[in-house]
Amino acid sequence: MRVNAIIKRIVQQMLGDKRSTALMFIAPLFVMTLLWLVLDMEEYEPVIALTDVPDSIQEVLEEQDASFSKMTMEEAEVALKRQEIDAQFAWKNQQMNITMEGSDPTATSAVQRVLNEASKQMNPGNLQVDIKFLHGSTDVKLFDNVGPVLIGFFVFFFTFIIGGVSFLRERTQGTLERLLATPLKRWEIVTGYLSGFGIFIILQSIIVAAFSIYVLDIYMAGSFLAVILIAILLAITALSLGTLLSAYAKNEFQMIQFIPIVIVPQVFFAGIFHTESIAWLDAFGKIMPLYYGADALKEVMIRGQQLSDVWGDIGILIGFSVVFILLNIAALKRHRKL
Amino acid sequence: MNDFIKLEGIQHQFEKEQVLKSVDLAIPQGQLFGLLGPSGSGKTTMVKIMIGLLNPTKGTVSIDNTEMPSLKQLQQIGYMAQNDALYSELTGRQNLEFFASIYGIPKKERTARVNEAAKIVNLNDHLNKTLEHYSGGMKRRMSLAVALLHRPSLLILDEPTVGIDPVLRASIWKDLKKIQAAGTTIIITTHVMDEAEKCDELALLRDGYMIAKGSPAELKEKSNTETIEGAFLYFGKSQQVEVG
Repeated sequence: MRVNAIIKRIVQQMLGDKRSTALMFIAPLFVMTLLWLVLDMEEYEPVIALTDVPDSIQEVLEEQDASFSKMTMEEAEVALKRQEIDAQFAWKNQQMNITMEGSDPTATSAVQRVLNEASKQMNPGNLQVDIKFLHGSTDVKLFDNVGPVLIGFFVFFFTFIIGGVSFLRERTQGTLERLLATPLKRWEIVTGYLSGFGIFIILQSIIVAAFSIYVLDIYMAGSFLAVILIAILLAITALSLGTLLSAYAKNEFQMIQFIPIVIVPQVFFAGIFHTESIAWLDAFGKIMPLYYGADALKEVMIRGQQLSDVWGDIGILIGFSVVFILLNIAALKRHRKL
Repeated sequence: MNDFIKLEGIQHQFEKEQVLKSVDLAIPQGQLFGLLGPSGSGKTTMVKIMIGLLNPTKGTVSIDNTEMPSLKQLQQIGYMAQNDALYSELTGRQNLEFFASIYGIPKKERTARVNEAAKIVNLNDHLNKTLEHYSGGMKRRMSLAVALLHRPSLLILDEPTVGIDPVLRASIWKDLKKIQAAGTTIIITTHVMDEAEKCDELALLRDGYMIAKGSPAELKEKSNTETIEGAFLYFGKSQQVEVG
């Protein structure tokens, strides 16, 4: 069959271009690993100078996760200016005076956490709390929370780039026109293209998801198969969107210009940031495929939901793909009306 | 002879620029027909309109009494584009095999057809190289081989001999004559005057007008000149539309 010929050719091309193939498989793993290293670190330990702090208080403070050193007023002032310490605790007139360095919110909140913990220890019994988790646990760190979104994003991003650029090259090098000078039907071209890349997309989705879950040990409460299926659906959406947009790019550079316009904004609405409070912004996110893919991935990975619980998201992803594929077939009309 | 290809009232416009301004042309079956004109005269546009890769702003094209574009007719047409339109990551053989299967050549015959087409353009020894390692002329020949693969009854070649050395050019012309003798209609665009001499009939194109049509001998006689180039200059001045 003629569709098979296109599939075979794409596989041959991808195997011939080892670097692009490597980009598709290795780049997402590389970036995921870097993000894991950055986001999965232990909490920041602030460096704090103590000036004239009574021993009883110092003892309590030193039990907290921070490093302390004794300094005079003058020493501490210099150290703060040089950013060698994050804060100075000075005891004056029976009162704690705190000077923050203040330029780094992470350090500031770490100092505040130390203070909170210490004051809780000094005045026990203020408020007894016992926290239970409906989903996840205290072990769910930032990386575990944004991880599902990132899996979705990288699958989307790399598929969009590789699918879009290679379809664009068909246009620029004239092979697409050459194909339209054969008896190939327009739907056969689109189907062949999607299936040929589909093979690589499925592999990519499996590798990215498996690496995140089993190697980076991202929090995972649901089924691996469900994650793969959602990732593949998301990738098909990205592929059909990429090939569609390539019709509106004259060269590779113009294709790259779609990244800040079409791809990057999707990250902001995919659940890393909370947009619920601004209604129009939230509504804007709902026109983006990644919003639904990321939501489904989060439901499965963090909340342990089944595929049947996220059928709404899945349905919308399929809907996006179908619309993009039909538009692709229509866009080829520009070249040949039949 | 019956008219195999018929262009009626073809006009074409890219945005505001009128590239073809009313062209009527009929080409009989079995002819080696040349479209001669300088670059920008509308040769490629005309060829693309013939096979249906461009929808003309006005007018109709029919091939073998079927209005274009027609998928059935496309199966009978071999097309060589002006750019090579090949897959540079693939080897010569992979390129040919791909197009062979697109044209539905049965698996059993494929290898034989691939070798046959490669032999015509003298590329048998280079089939296992990827096209990245082909020279410009080799890519041109490969592109011609692709057009010949499915033994089409109509061959449309857009500037086929650009960048090909004189020896090979002569041998390709010999093969084109042979293909024509087997009954294939061939349409060729060129801006090289001595190639035009080898065509049965010529259409001279300039600024989107067909300024003359006829056999090389007729054109020279009518314009009272010794060369096609002279004839071109003569008709270019008078902007006549029909000769012979």
